[in-house]
Amino acid sequence: MIGRLLPLGVFLLLAVLLAVGLTIADRKTEIPSPLIGKPMPQFSLPVLGQPAIQLGHEDLLGEPFLLNVWASWCVTCRVEHPVIEALAKSERIPIVGLNYRDAESDALAWLEHFGNPYAVNLADESGRTAIDFGVYAAPETFLIDAEGRIVFKHIGALTPEIIESEILARLEAGNTP
Amino acid sequence: MSSLDTKLRIVLPAILLIFFGHLTSGLVLAQQEPLVFENPEQERRFADLTEELRCLVCQNQNLADSDAPLAHDLRQEIHEMLMAGHSDDEIKGFLVDRYGDFVLYRPPVKGNTLLLWLMPGVLLVIGALTLFTAVRRRAQVPESDTAPPPSGSRPGRDS
Repeated sequence: MIGRLLPLGVFLLLAVLLAVGLTIADRKTEIPSPLIGKPMPQFSLPVLGQPAIQLGHEDLLGEPFLLNVWASWCVTCRVEHPVIEALAKSERIPIVGLNYRDAESDALAWLEHFGNPYAVNLADESGRTAIDFGVYAAPETFLIDAEGRIVFKHIGALTPEIIESEILARLEAGNTP
Repeated sequence: MSSLDTKLRIVLPAILLIFFGHLTSGLVLAQQEPLVFENPEQERRFADLTEELRCLVCQNQNLADSDAPLAHDLRQEIHEMLMAGHSDDEIKGFLVDRYGDFVLYRPPVKGNTLLLWLMPGVLLVIGALTLFTAVRRRAQVPESDTAPPPSGSRPGRDS
């Protein structure tokens, strides 16, 4: 009798496994970053459009900011752009752009066309700095605190909900002593 | 005989196509990235490393196979570290520091990978036990018992 119930048991087990797999399928491609809680990697990059000016990680310390990885060839960045724009307008946190593997002229034309919500844009044409940040798919956004520690990372387009619940909530909780 | 013949006639070219398709894709890749090594040992290490490191963009491909821009960058990075005299572990460590254990196709045995490592053994044991009990039960139960006899042997059965 137990033997006859066995296939049913196996079926139920498989059904549960598949259900779990389907519900986490959306998040499956997101790889947790080992950099959370660690200081941001060191870099020195030219400012987009002003290659004579170099900015290093130490130049960005002092107040919390968002580092948003984007590129003109990145379709999802276009989807995300109005959200970034709205956040910049609210002036609740400065947004630094990391222009990833892009041609300068393309990046500048993109900002010209869609608007420029960034406090400053760093040009990472080779993608080296992005590798140090563990970037594997634009857009990606890092929340970095006043001391330069990576507090939170989001992979994919930001939404107003994520900004509210993950970023601004952390900002209010952790960075106002 | 003819059915096997036609099957072969269809399947064999397909296999050849896949095989040679794979070869030529490798050639294209090699042309795009003329990585220069000082000796065959370095070349072998590079091949081994890119073989067992995962591409983060297309997550079911390794770095050797992937043509994603990031895979290109990471191959370049691995090549440079190799030429600079870093060990395989240092190169893997470089990637794990940035992307986590996920880049390794052979993740280390730790708390959160224990299930992954033990599961095949557990499943093997379960399978062996199931097989063992099934065989033993079949050997013990005489044919006239409650177990249904093999189909066809029951007399007068409607088909």
